[in-house]
Amino acid sequence: MATNPQQFPVSMRLFHWLVAAMVLTMLGIGVTMVVSLAHYHQLISIHRPLGILLLIFVAIRFVNRQFSTLPPFPATVSPRERFIASWAEILMYTLLFVQPLVGWGMLSAARYPIVLWGGLHLFPILPHSAMLYAALRKVHTVLAYLLFLAIIAHFGAVLVHTWIVRDRFFSRMAPWRVRAR
Amino acid sequence: MPSDETSSTENQPAPLSERRKLARLAGIGVVILCVAGAFLYLGGWFSPYELTQARFVNGFQKVYGFHSGFRRNHAKGVGVTGFFDSNGQGTHLSKAVVFQTGRVPVIGRFSFGGGNPYVADTPEAIRGLGLQFRLRDGEEWRTAMINRPVFMFNTAQAFYDNLIASQPDPNTHKPDPEKIAAFAASHPEFVQATKIIQSQKVSSGFDNSAYNSLNAFRFIDAAGTSTPVRWMMAPVQPFAPVSATGATEGTKDYLFDALIASIHQHPLQWHLIITIGQSGDPTDDATIPWPEGRQQVDVGTLTLDTIESEETSPARVINFDPLVLPVGIAPSDDPLLSPRSAIYSQSFTRRAGEKEVPSAITPSDVQK
Repeated sequence: MATNPQQFPVSMRLFHWLVAAMVLTMLGIGVTMVVSLAHYHQLISIHRPLGILLLIFVAIRFVNRQFSTLPPFPATVSPRERFIASWAEILMYTLLFVQPLVGWGMLSAARYPIVLWGGLHLFPILPHSAMLYAALRKVHTVLAYLLFLAIIAHFGAVLVHTWIVRDRFFSRMAPWRVRAR
Repeated sequence: MPSDETSSTENQPAPLSERRKLARLAGIGVVILCVAGAFLYLGGWFSPYELTQARFVNGFQKVYGFHSGFRRNHAKGVGVTGFFDSNGQGTHLSKAVVFQTGRVPVIGRFSFGGGNPYVADTPEAIRGLGLQFRLRDGEEWRTAMINRPVFMFNTAQAFYDNLIASQPDPNTHKPDPEKIAAFAASHPEFVQATKIIQSQKVSSGFDNSAYNSLNAFRFIDAAGTSTPVRWMMAPVQPFAPVSATGATEGTKDYLFDALIASIHQHPLQWHLIITIGQSGDPTDDATIPWPEGRQQVDVGTLTLDTIESEETSPARVINFDPLVLPVGIAPSDDPLLSPRSAIYSQSFTRRAGEKEVPSAITPSDVQK
């Protein structure tokens, strides 16, 4: 079966949905664990290794993107929208790289042992400083909200194109194969 | 960046009518509100009365006032350092590195329960000992213990309700006896635990107090077998009743001063005693003691030989989170453990970003 040139390559679609699922899970866990008492320990025990896994996946995804052929924008996407979409992508990648690093960095600054699973620990990447921890802890929250807003905006834009402009925009990144027409 | 090439538009369906367009736009709005709403729900935005980390810590600030840079509970304290010599007996129960024969460096902190960093010393106040065992490869064991055989509360909600109930009345400067009575009436486990605590003789100082883990944990051995345990730091310093120290009482920091004098005289030591629970012993209720006669294992000796003011001590920036555990020690099903970890972390996060104010025990106090 020939691949549809209007769809992103399989590898890019796979990474997109994998990372999307992980990011939404991380945001959900994050927003829950900062208020939870009973489930805090369980949630943070998932949040730490999943964050590192996400960092690894985002790195692989970014490399994969550099070696992939991207489908063209449909004609229904205006030059202004293309400009916004391009910058939104840069913003999203930046957030996806920086957010796990800030998480790792803040635990390093607090000198918490950064337990992944069992005896596997991450080394600290920043000097021991309570003030630095406090600042990065705030940054982690702000970036999480920014990431959430970016995802909502991206999701809204795709829905507008797919349901209102009806240019089959969603099918470009659909997890399933869509036949060309 | 995406390419600027454009694909054909020949299969474009006919545009929607204005009404349909609006309806679909509204649909998109609903979908997005649902997603945002789900996250707000998870973040507790729709449950304003549920006890959260922030509300719990606000409770401490409400009752004890805001003290910049200090722990929200166990605010008054001093830092200590020393080491733990393991005798190897613990390896039968747990594969944790800390129990292998040998020495591990320790940073600790003695404290009083409560959120006032300048409170006057009293023998009745809860004495706390937080410890951080620094194992190899960045592994750590942190524990926060107090000189009570059992804890007064078995849930975070009960702790919080008692905290709020015992808030001093602005006019009498004393807790409202009616509120205390109402709390006791609805918490028989609190009454029972208080009886056990009051039946114990209080020792004269920090140095001859026993410190208990309160919560149960699980030790995991090399074969993966899990054993329910509680632990205690049993003092080598001989017991002396409170009244024996009458001569030094009266000064505001007399218990801390006595600790400083004691540690300057000779290093202080405790035996780490592991109590092994049997099936049926409650691991999920810190207010209930385990039956007498449970097997106890002395796994090593803690030696504390230096003391420092919080201003210079590395203990100040340690969060003695009881769930920072090495491989070989795991949490039990005690419902207090996760809330303790959460609330300690919230307190740490807040104070880490605040201006540090000199503590009651100054660097010159510890030179004496």
